[in-house]
Amino acid sequence: MQASISRVKVHLSRWLAGSLLGLLAAGTVFAGNWLPLAKDGVHDPRSPAAKQLQEPKEALSRLTPDTTGNQVRWVLSLEKGEINPREKLLPETKVRKLDQDILLNLKGGMPIVRFPHKQHTEWLDCSNCHDQLFEQKTGATKISMFNILQGEQCGVCHGAVAFPLTECYRCHSVVRPGQTTNLPTHMNPQFHKPGGVGP
Amino acid sequence: MIARLVVAAIALALAFFVDIPEAGAEYADVVINKQAEKNGMRPVVFPHWFHRIRFRCKVCHAELGFKMRAGANDVTMAAIIDGKFCGACHNNDIAWSVEKCDLCHSGKRGLPSGIYGGHETSGPGRW
Ligand code: HEC
Ligand code: HEC
Ligand code: HEC
Ligand code: HEC
Ligand code: HEC
Ligand code: HEC
Repeated sequence: MQASISRVKVHLSRWLAGSLLGLLAAGTVFAGNWLPLAKDGVHDPRSPAAKQLQEPKEALSRLTPDTTGNQVRWVLSLEKGEINPREKLLPETKVRKLDQDILLNLKGGMPIVRFPHKQHTEWLDCSNCHDQLFEQKTGATKISMFNILQGEQCGVCHGAVAFPLTECYRCHSVVRPGQTTNLPTHMNPQFHKPGGVGP
Repeated sequence: MIARLVVAAIALALAFFVDIPEAGAEYADVVINKQAEKNGMRPVVFPHWFHRIRFRCKVCHAELGFKMRAGANDVTMAAIIDGKFCGACHNNDIAWSVEKCDLCHSGKRGLPSGIYGGHETSGPGRW
């Protein structure tokens, strides 16, 4: 039984490694172009809306560029004031923000994950994460890359709406002493650090 | 037992590469088609990129109570006209009103609900 469990573990970790490599490959495919709505596979080109809706390229090409996702570095775009999205509709709503970094994965083989509350609470309310996704106590939630890749925990947003999981070093951003970030050379780790400069 | 687990793992791994919905859509576009097509309308396409330029996530996902899971919200036209969901803004005040049916109901027929333009995990809605 022991042996078979470890065999399953080997298979699972191979699968995990495969998925991660797949992610790296996929992340490089889409950079640099926005498809017109009529060709994007979701909009009906015969719909009257096809000519009325705004083309992504028109709006997004003006914002700080990124190589992935919407090809917009949303955090920087907001910080620079290129966009000024509303924080609330109702006057009585309390806008809550927190400026505190949380360091996760202090023991693993990848660089440490720095989770910044500041950039998140610019966009999100505490209730979007607490206490459904994460406890309000550092280390209390059992977070794993496995869950994240399945669209849970950080993967609820990252990989769906916020920057995708291909960007390992935006999360794994605190390199341990003596550690190298040995990813394929076309992925420049400098760029993937938070606040890194676009291409 | 083991064999079954291994097969499941491989199936999962394959799902990551094969089962990705149309890669052409803009990242984070959501198709909402639980009711629309059944009732003779095109599926609804909700563009995150367009809305997040104007509103932070918390407006929709905290103030307005949209659950962060594609397909998890039971949106009806009656509720929208009543000022709920999309109708909190698409009311001729914050944004154009419900009369412009085609601007929301703009999707290709036959598309299932879900998040599109996906980067691999494609978010919680897939699972
Ligand atoms: C928090 C407010 C808000 C909510 C909620 C909202 N919208 Fe919008 N929406 C807007 C605004 C503002 C615009 C831009 C209006 C304008 O240009 O005059 C817009 C524009 C749009 C557009 C047109 C985009 C384009 O290319 O011009 C579509 C389509 C759309 N919304 C669909 C939806 C759908 C579907 C929902 C519900 C699932 C929804 N919206 C919910 C505020 C909202
Ligand atoms: C959205 C943020 C995020 C992204 C992007 C991300 N990770 Fe992670 N990763 C995490 C978190 C959080 C943990 C769990 C930390 C803990 O143990 O508490 C983790 C854990 C891990 C672990 C297990 C712990 C370890 O260090 O051995 C591995 C391996 C890993 N990530 C690899 C990757 C790789 C490779 C990529 C890029 C393909 C990646 N991650 C992208 C957030 C992320
Ligand atoms: C995007 C998700 C997210 C949002 C939004 C968020 N948090 Fe957190 N928060 C986390 C994570 C992840 C942790 C670490 C949990 C763990 O390690 O188990 C954390 C930890 C905490 C902790 C524990 C810190 C410590 O010293 O142990 C507190 C307190 C907290 N958050 C408060 C808040 C408040 C207040 C807000 C809103 C202003 C907020 N959080 C918004 C994800 C979030
Ligand atoms: C509820 C949604 C949500 C969850 C859950 C979430 N994030 Fe994010 N995260 C965002 C959004 C939105 C941004 C803004 C950037 C974007 O949209 O690409 C962001 C940005 C970031 C950034 C970039 C900060 C910068 O300065 O560029 C890091 C790093 C990050 N997230 C890590 C994490 C980690 C690690 C977790 C899990 C512990 C996590 N996030 C969970 C929504 C989320
Ligand atoms: C602001 C965006 C928006 C506009 C404008 C809009 N709808 Fe909808 N409509 C939706 C959404 C979202 C749903 C839910 C779709 C689903 O679950 O399949 C929906 C559902 C429907 C449904 C099926 C559910 C029900 O309640 O009957 C019909 C029929 C419908 N719409 C007709 C219309 C017509 C006719 C118009 C124009 C008068 C219109 N819609 C305008 C967003 C919109
Ligand atoms: C104008 C309203 C609006 C804004 C602003 C908005 N969302 Fe959404 N979001 C929606 C709607 C509508 C859905 C689809 C819900 C459904 O299908 O029932 C959705 C779905 C989601 C999902 C589920 C995706 C999945 O895979 O199932 C996530 C995650 C999400 N949003 C995150 C975010 C983040 C992060 C932001 C801010 C960067 C944001 N949203 C901003 C309206 C909004």
